Amino acid sequence: MNFRADHFSLFGLSPGFRLDSGDLDARYRHIQAKVHPDRFANGSDAERRLSMQWATHANEAYLTLKKPLARARYLLHLAGHDIQAENNTAMPAAFLIEQMTWREAVIEARSAGDHHELERLHHRLQGDIDERFVELARLFDENDHAQATDCVRRLMFLEKLFNEIDDALASLED
Amino acid sequence: MALFQIAEPGESAVPHEHKLAIGIDLGTTNSLVATVRSGIAQCLSDEQGRPLLPSIVRYLADNTTEVGYEAQARQAVDPKNTIVSVKRFMGRGINDISHVESMPYDFVAAPGMVKFKTAGGTKSPVEVSADILKTLKQRAEAALAGELVGAVITVPAYFDDAQRQATKDAARLAGLNVLRLLNEPTAAAIAYGLDNAAEGVYAVYDLGGGTFDISILKLTKGIFEVMATGGNSALGGDDFDHRIFCWVIEQGKLQPLSPEDGRLLMMRCREAKEFLSKNPQAPITVRLSTGELVDLKLDVSTFSEIAQTLISKTMQPVKKALRDAGLRAEDIKGVVMVGGATRMPQVQKAVGDFFRQEPLTNLDPDKVVALGAATQANLLVGNKTGKEDWLLLDVIPLSLGLETMGGLSEKVIPRNSTIPTARAQEFTTFKDGQTAMAIHVVQGERELVSACRSLARFELRGIPPMVAGAARIRVTFQVDADGLLSVSAREQTSGIEASVVVKPSYGLSDDEIADMLKDSMTYAKDDALQRALKEAVVEAQRMIEATEAAMKEDAHLLSAAETEKIRATMARLTEAMGGTNRRQINLVMDDLGFETQEFAHRRMDQSIKKVLSGRKVSDIKMGEEA
Repeated sequence: MNFRADHFSLFGLSPGFRLDSGDLDARYRHIQAKVHPDRFANGSDAERRLSMQWATHANEAYLTLKKPLARARYLLHLAGHDIQAENNTAMPAAFLIEQMTWREAVIEARSAGDHHELERLHHRLQGDIDERFVELARLFDENDHAQATDCVRRLMFLEKLFNEIDDALASLED
Repeated sequence: MALFQIAEPGESAVPHEHKLAIGIDLGTTNSLVATVRSGIAQCLSDEQGRPLLPSIVRYLADNTTEVGYEAQARQAVDPKNTIVSVKRFMGRGINDISHVESMPYDFVAAPGMVKFKTAGGTKSPVEVSADILKTLKQRAEAALAGELVGAVITVPAYFDDAQRQATKDAARLAGLNVLRLLNEPTAAAIAYGLDNAAEGVYAVYDLGGGTFDISILKLTKGIFEVMATGGNSALGGDDFDHRIFCWVIEQGKLQPLSPEDGRLLMMRCREAKEFLSKNPQAPITVRLSTGELVDLKLDVSTFSEIAQTLISKTMQPVKKALRDAGLRAEDIKGVVMVGGATRMPQVQKAVGDFFRQEPLTNLDPDKVVALGAATQANLLVGNKTGKEDWLLLDVIPLSLGLETMGGLSEKVIPRNSTIPTARAQEFTTFKDGQTAMAIHVVQGERELVSACRSLARFELRGIPPMVAGAARIRVTFQVDADGLLSVSAREQTSGIEASVVVKPSYGLSDDEIADMLKDSMTYAKDDALQRALKEAVVEAQRMIEATEAAMKEDAHLLSAAETEKIRATMARLTEAMGGTNRRQINLVMDDLGFETQEFAHRRMDQSIKKVLSGRKVSDIKMGEEA
């Protein structure tokens, strides 16, 4: 094991989008049980420093692999496909129009204080996201990284929207 | 010892050697010390058999110090030199503290943290806390008859970096080897979870003397995993006392009190609050130094009214923590009550109503934190506790960020990230030839830096001069297992490095900190608008500076009429920047862009000619400045 190794091999997994999250949890805890600073609280400076670095590394790797979207981005990164989240926002017009319609619906429901409508949007969007993840898994199975990159970009839009609905719901509950 | 030689976690290298380790609950009102003896965690008592040590220190003119009950007994006689609830001042400046006017102390404004002027000299909150810790250390050394290997000190989960650092400094000052700063609700969860072999998701509601924490933890097969935490680092039992105090002043129509009378009345108010937990009515009787007699009766229903606002203030962080954990109240298997203030039936009822279940009060709310800390300390020094072994995965309570252009906070590590954690972010220079960059580290959820707590400022110098945007400055945040932050910055192209352990400054009031989460939700929309406006102003400023520099350099390329026109538009832009209309700023920027387009072309032509003249084309290197 070393810091250069990819996140999958840190957990003894072979790179892939499909992943048993319970298994990942178990592997993560196993590693933390070995490297966590609490294991070296009374150790030498060097031990404590290294343990902190390892535990930090394990946390980062776990977080990346646990969330499907982060995992997909990471896999594409390993395969040399850059998502270019900041630079490449050119999406097909139809998709962008659909996004705007969604956003307008959220803003409208939020300003109307319509909790029920927000819940409905939340549910619908969740369904949409779930479907795309099924599609994404298929694309990774087929090694179609170009299409997977496109799918990930769309999912990033949807995730942002999903968070906005969450925030709107939270603000209504307060 | 070779690294990672400890193959089996929790197993000591020398199996039969028992190392002396303690857990300390450094509370606002009371402090305790506990240890594990013969496999059982127990609080250590003083010679009179009292486990609690009132967190009160009195400084006398002869440089002697009284700590605990002794100081408590003198607080109404000598309030100025007797510091109570010092925890509220840890890592805080004078402007951060509420109700300063009703405090009897001579405050000394000091950079970073407030200090007290006492008969025994000027004392910082760190020194006062260290005196409490020293007393507990001596108690432990006497009881255990040996050298302590180390101590776990508990802090409220919602303590920020400044407060944590101050606590660790106090422990060091007291001569303790700090094994770990442990979050109080997490310590309680350890004590509770190990005792009850609990599995599932639990909430720990911890209302102490001066702080409130809520933590949501998942307990599975020896793992204590904090899913989310929230709270208010300036809300606790003291505030209930203060509300009763205000009620008495109002009811008795009292004139402003002397510090001695004030302290005496505050003590009676606290006693009344405690009395009301078991009785329908509490007498409040005080003979003031003026001879005036205060003789009032406070009944439960009046007190419940007084307490209502404070109790509901605790429920907002509870909802937020649940939301952060992605859970609903019904997902919580049990609610563990911690802290003396949870003895109030009003608090228990509110919590029970919210979670629709009877809160768990079977552990002594005063002792549970110290017992959990001792248990953890025992594990950390490697004392084998039978088959028992566990792992703690805790989080940071507030997001960490950096100030970017226009006073905005760029979040680098989000709240509720599992620690230890590190994150790096890249920034660039704003001006051509910029050789230094100020780095301002903040903690909080709001988008505007002015609404977050300022943790530290430092400067990265010696950046090689480059065009704006060419430098790549990588800032790395590292949060260790104590929840303490260190920051380093590095210019990637040159390797220039700067790093600091965050020695916190101060910025905000505690009330503001407590409201930060709520505000960031409520005002998310306002923030977004303000953010957009600020960005536009920054952009406009950049444009004006660039235009002015170009005009200074190449004035000869413009006619007088053109110069006048550009100047007029710049003046319009400056005017727009002073307003709050983002659209207007953008419109004038478009105008200026249009008017300077031709000028830019001429400049480009001129510089290309300059470069080409007298040189072979093959000599011109790629990327050379035109």
